[in-house]
Amino acid sequence: MSESLNFHFDVDGDNFVSAGQASVQVKKNLRRLGLPPEIIRQVSIALYEGEINMVIHAGGGEADINVYEDRIVIVLADKGPGIPDINLAMQEGYSTATENVRSLGFGAGMGLPNMKRYTDEMKIESEVGVGTTITMCVYLK
Amino acid sequence: MNSYRHSVVLDVEKCTGCTTCVRHCPTEAIRINNGHAEINTDRCIDCGECIRVCPHKAKKAMCSKFEHYMHYKWKIALPAPALYGQFDGLDDVDSVLQGLKDIGFDDVYEVAKAAEVVSGYTRILLKSEAVKKPVISSACPVISRLISLRFPYLKDNILPMLPPMEIAAMEAKKKAKAEHPELKDDDIGVFFISPCAAKVSYIRNGYGDYKSNVDVVVSLSDIYFLLIGAMKKNITPQISSEAGMIGIGWASSGGESSAILNDSYLFADGIENCIQVLDSIENGNIPQIEFVELNACIGGCVGGVMTIENPFIAKTRLQTVRRYMPVSKNFIPSDISFVPESFITDSLPNYTPISRLSDSLSESMRMMAKIQEIRKGLPGIDCGACGAPTCRAFAEDIVRGQNNGRKCVVLEHTEDSVNCEGENDDS
Repeated sequence: MSESLNFHFDVDGDNFVSAGQASVQVKKNLRRLGLPPEIIRQVSIALYEGEINMVIHAGGGEADINVYEDRIVIVLADKGPGIPDINLAMQEGYSTATENVRSLGFGAGMGLPNMKRYTDEMKIESEVGVGTTITMCVYLK
Repeated sequence: MNSYRHSVVLDVEKCTGCTTCVRHCPTEAIRINNGHAEINTDRCIDCGECIRVCPHKAKKAMCSKFEHYMHYKWKIALPAPALYGQFDGLDDVDSVLQGLKDIGFDDVYEVAKAAEVVSGYTRILLKSEAVKKPVISSACPVISRLISLRFPYLKDNILPMLPPMEIAAMEAKKKAKAEHPELKDDDIGVFFISPCAAKVSYIRNGYGDYKSNVDVVVSLSDIYFLLIGAMKKNITPQISSEAGMIGIGWASSGGESSAILNDSYLFADGIENCIQVLDSIENGNIPQIEFVELNACIGGCVGGVMTIENPFIAKTRLQTVRRYMPVSKNFIPSDISFVPESFITDSLPNYTPISRLSDSLSESMRMMAKIQEIRKGLPGIDCGACGAPTCRAFAEDIVRGQNNGRKCVVLEHTEDSVNCEGENDDS
């Protein structure tokens, strides 16, 4: 049974400017753990995309990054509107972001596809009106 | 691991241990030990922030004195273009170049001239498929070192070309030998007039496997004071400048980018801004661009710690200097589609994960857990009074066994006041 290390972040939904902070912080911590640069990049991109999604669509949420000796597990949980059609949401270029958000350069419909691309496992649990929890896993070995 | 030789030196007499530099160091490389600042040389990137912020002028960049190197038979000055921005009312670069000769240099080779060549070849390189986009400028040694320590993923994005200073040194030696065949290698001394501490370190340490062609680095501010006197005397300067607007533009932030001659670039200055940009590039979170220019100093090289003038004033002066200059004088034939091999380098220091806690992941995890636990008990106000920049760094030092007996002043004070209250209750 392996020990794990947890990094927890509250992602503030009201503050667009601070979105991406957890990703920067986690990157620093993973460097301290001496993980390979490629792994650090995978985790920080997946987390970054997830953070942005929670800010754009769900009014914020919580991010938990658990480091085990053989894997890193990222759990993003929000109490947002939920995703009605996950298959559709996973398509590259599909986005429900508002014009407002798009004008800031986000909402290109690449968030979820990128999260899948940069992680080894990804699971989406979502209920409309209740919220979404995304669990991603990056293998270390 | 070979220890990197830095150029920042501390005057222990002047240092009061005030913690200003500790809190401003972008890589958390400084601690207060035994009442004065100590730099962790593995972490230092020579950005010069500590020199800039020190209220007691206890830190400075170690440079050579021009007058100590008179034994070179042929002394060549390599003025950084930032030098031209230091003089009030200067409208002709020639009077600076003549001044350099008047104070004892035998010849002058402008770094701005080499910068034009680098810009010309950068445009050629950007057209080829061989480079990884976005290409990051190789001119600021702080950025190159920062990438090797912290952004290994971006190593291949660094422009694989020597910086202007090196090309200038190489060409200056070639020129001296051609014009004076009687000179031996040891007779020729190339003196770089540097605006910053980082270039001093770069020259001393080389660049990965590459050894610098510069022989002596002198501080721009030292030369400035010698020049001021000499420039007043000279009436008709003799040498004519060989750089154009592009080369001189390199002195300030954005100059190198604008020489790309398209709008597909990003430039940033100030070390914290540069770190943020590198983080964004690593996350793929920037627009599609071809070129990135990052300058550790605010304003670019004119903001170096060894300059005299405020960077923004210097930049404005450079606009006057550049006014009637041709755009470029790089003399690269228009049909050339490759970069001369001697200008190319892929030497970069190896990735050294300085912040790594331990070689083993399980040990690192154990240490990190311990750091988190200690940190919970700390006030979290990052006051720096203990001598470490943040409460987290304080906790990390304890776990690494590098705390050297530093104590949390706030906790001690709180405990004292609790004790005081206790005594009051008793009385």
